[in-house]
Amino acid sequence: MTVVSLARAPDLTTSTVARRRSVANAAATAAMCVAFLVAMVPLVLIIGYLLARGGRVISWDFLSGNIPLPTAKGPGMGPAVVGTLVITGAAAVMAIPLGVFGAIYLNEFGRRSRLASVIRFMADVMTGVPSIVMGLFIYTIWVLRYGQSGLAGALALACLMLPVVIRTTEEMLRLVPTELRHGSVALGARTWRTVLTVVLPAALPGIVSGAMLAVARAAGETAPLLFTIGIVRERNASLSGPNTALSAQIFSNASQPFAGAIDRAWGAAFTLVLLVFLLTVVARMVAARFASESN
Amino acid sequence: MADHLDLTQEDRGAHLDTAFRLLALAAGVTVLAILGLIAWSTTHEAWPAFRVAGLHFLTSKHWVPNDPDGPGPATAQYGTFAFVYGTLVASTIALLLAVPVSIGIALFTTELAPRRLRRPITNLIDLLAAIPSVVYGLWGIAVLAPQAQGFYGDLHRWFRPVPGLNRLFGPDPNGRSLMTAGVILAIMITPIITSLTREVFTTVPRGEKDAALALGATRWEMIRAAVLPHSFGGMTGAVMLGLGRAMGETIAVALVIGSSPQVVANLFKPGDAMPAVIANQFGESGGTFRAALMGLGVALFAITIIINMSARLLVRRAEVRVRGAA
Repeated sequence: MTVVSLARAPDLTTSTVARRRSVANAAATAAMCVAFLVAMVPLVLIIGYLLARGGRVISWDFLSGNIPLPTAKGPGMGPAVVGTLVITGAAAVMAIPLGVFGAIYLNEFGRRSRLASVIRFMADVMTGVPSIVMGLFIYTIWVLRYGQSGLAGALALACLMLPVVIRTTEEMLRLVPTELRHGSVALGARTWRTVLTVVLPAALPGIVSGAMLAVARAAGETAPLLFTIGIVRERNASLSGPNTALSAQIFSNASQPFAGAIDRAWGAAFTLVLLVFLLTVVARMVAARFASESN
Repeated sequence: MADHLDLTQEDRGAHLDTAFRLLALAAGVTVLAILGLIAWSTTHEAWPAFRVAGLHFLTSKHWVPNDPDGPGPATAQYGTFAFVYGTLVASTIALLLAVPVSIGIALFTTELAPRRLRRPITNLIDLLAAIPSVVYGLWGIAVLAPQAQGFYGDLHRWFRPVPGLNRLFGPDPNGRSLMTAGVILAIMITPIITSLTREVFTTVPRGEKDAALALGATRWEMIRAAVLPHSFGGMTGAVMLGLGRAMGETIAVALVIGSSPQVVANLFKPGDAMPAVIANQFGESGGTFRAALMGLGVALFAITIIINMSARLLVRRAEVRVRGAA
């Protein structure tokens, strides 16, 4: 048996880590912090500019008044606010029920079947289809026949929302304990009744939160609306006939050389971001409550 | 004993279940139907341009669109290479900027930040994703582009002696350029790459990380030995999804890229991109011109579908491997 010299026992304090290794560690740690700060710079800048340049323009007149000519100064985005609400609302009415039923198929019926896997995969792929392609698609199958309208824009937005609603809803349905379904079936309920009165209510907060996030994303979209709704300056609260939206107004005003138009673009951007953030925050609060309840 | 429950009565509700099942199935199949319809209807609409231009549609850089129904010479040319080039260059710049930052943020949130700060940090990054693309475009054209011009001039002076880079960071910078489009795209795809890589990093088994630390590794060594090798496939998928997003992004790019279809090495020059030119010119096009723009849409659809499919397969394989190990 060899005798280990106690005088040469290893020193386990951190200072023994070779200088090069500790420097590399410190550099990597610093780089991670810097990466986070770098990403915060544009966020702070954009929100700052929105508050400074958009907040200045916002007033009740701005939110309700008519849109003046690009050359004119002064407020007015009312028709765009109405258009955004009507078009996004109609898209939600089409996409959310369809998406929820699609998710019911995936989680309650299809499960591990080949068709369900294909639909699941293609829904994921569909979330990556560029939004302008959805605009071109609705243009070819709808606008060429029936002309530009709020409904055409809503169809394009619904195509964008559908896969998001399907996938988030399916995730939520999967979290519903199987025991609930077994209990319902054991009491004699049919599958449709089990799904509609037991499974869906259990998953409802999560579904609502996912749907709201999809609506928030759709409300900010511009590209699908460019060729589908046209661009008007008059208020149009119906789904038929050309319409306008906040995003479309920002796009057309942003490249104008007139100060009044640029101001209105910032005001519309402020309004749109406020709307999107509100939807996002409420959705997250609903989701957080759901998460704490299910734990 | 009273009337006993008759359990033999005919099953009257069965057809309701069948109807419900079919309804759900139809809703699910809608996804496939929409994707199929997109492919068929846009290709059908773009066919005249494909027939006129043939293979030159994607390889020629001569873009001389003319509405054959309108005035002007009938020698229209529909080469879209300049748009493909602009899309590739801007997306490459975006990836070069966004990938290191995103991986850094994902590591920061999963390995470095205190546990109670993780959720707020994640929410902050997700806010970047919630900002609509047209707002990025407005900020880009009104704030970033005018200020970037001077900075680009400085970059050009610094890099003038460096061969290679002095061609990319060339003279006469323009605020609305390939570079500005790349920077805006980088900001826009950072949240998606970050959130996907973060998901991947959280699947690294606790035991592997603890083992590395127990062997005396520093945090960075633990990340290199345990976290990164385990996450490589998932990270590749995340980066590809970011690439797909960048290539399809329309409105922000349309506002800041400068709308000038040219193939130049100088990144500070205006260019144009596939989705951007559709957004800018579709409204005033007609005939074969419109078909050509539709054809760009078809190409964009095909490219993004391929990228997304391979990326999803990579991410899924990473997930499956993790589940298999658990």
